[in-house]
Amino acid sequence: MNRRLFIALLTAGSAAEGAFALRHVWAAAPGEVSIQASKFEFTPETVKVKVGQPVTFVLTSIDRIHGFKMPDFGIRTDIVPDQETRVTITPQKAGTFAFFCDIFCGDGHEDMAGTLVVEA
Amino acid sequence: MKSVDRRDFLKLSGMAGVTFTAGLFPAYQASAQAGGDFHFVQISDTHWGYKGPANPDAEHTLEKAIVTVNGLAQKPDFIVFTGDLTHTTEDGAERRARMKRFKEIVSALNVKDVRFLAGEHDAALDKGAAFKEFFGATYYTFDHKGVHFIALDNVSDPGAKLGDEQLAWLAADLKQRKPDDRIVVLTHRPLFDLVPNWDWTTADGAKAIDLLMPYKNVVVFYGHIHQENDHMTGHIAHHAAKSLIFPQAAPGNAPKRPPPPPFDASLKPLGTRDVAMSSAKAPVIVELPVTKA
Repeated sequence: MNRRLFIALLTAGSAAEGAFALRHVWAAAPGEVSIQASKFEFTPETVKVKVGQPVTFVLTSIDRIHGFKMPDFGIRTDIVPDQETRVTITPQKAGTFAFFCDIFCGDGHEDMAGTLVVEA
Repeated sequence: MKSVDRRDFLKLSGMAGVTFTAGLFPAYQASAQAGGDFHFVQISDTHWGYKGPANPDAEHTLEKAIVTVNGLAQKPDFIVFTGDLTHTTEDGAERRARMKRFKEIVSALNVKDVRFLAGEHDAALDKGAAFKEFFGATYYTFDHKGVHFIALDNVSDPGAKLGDEQLAWLAADLKQRKPDDRIVVLTHRPLFDLVPNWDWTTADGAKAIDLLMPYKNVVVFYGHIHQENDHMTGHIAHHAAKSLIFPQAAPGNAPKRPPPPPFDASLKPLGTRDVAMSSAKAPVIVELPVTKA
């Protein structure tokens, strides 16, 4: 299985002895980066990768169909709720590159973008 | 492809505020088609319903611009709104209320031939349903004094596509034209890749440009980017208009599209434009301020 559910246990404070809250975080396997889309942001908004190393974006949406487009890498895909969408790139040069939602999703759509930082 | 810097051109012409596009359209100068001179006014991106710091006078800007257009010395033959008539809302009832109020406001125009295009703020969340109720078809043609106008819809599809059906319709329409017919295309978004990383493009716009390319006299007027911009794809000129709501950053000035810059009235970031069409020369664009000085 490429994606594993990581369960972080967070203590809820000393007053509630024995009690704890659960926070679910999708953790990526090596070479994978999980990106969650929601109105009107990507989480995380900034992703750092290394030149020459393949990286697979594991894309999910928690509310509606969004788009994921990276013109510099010739990539675009829909991100459909309740599905994982995977796209893989191998950056060939260092730099800063944009990714954004290209399916109009409401007021705030135009701000729904992120940055891929490719480090040497 | 060749980009044109309008400011440099104006410096050379020494006539700030007036844009001459002559020279960009050699085929126009060679043609001697029938049809008299006329003017039309392009108004774009009114975003009725927007409230925010990017335009502290948003509730009055449209009405002020209408007063200015009504006061033009030479009355335009018609007026075209190139999309984003209203600011987006996910509430369908509110969307219709904004369109209703927008229509009431623009009914004060003293030109009664008014054409409307949708922008993604009007149409992308309901595939143009509300827009059609208030303004009719989202793509259509009309002819005026020897010029064939084609209004394209690159916004009702939330993925900013024209779509195969509309492209087939466009191809069928163009088959009826002669190679030297004068054609004006009206759209909301740029048909070409102005700034792909900012999504300032049309997903399948290149297919429309390919269809238009055999025709010698084609000009495109569009909105969306809230500022003047002139661009050539081959012999086809594309002219973007200012908005009536707030300016946007200059194309491609950052890897990721920045938010609208702070509103600075001294920069005259808003306005409309008068377009003079002539069978003997290129269109002449005159930028109009929101209010006369």
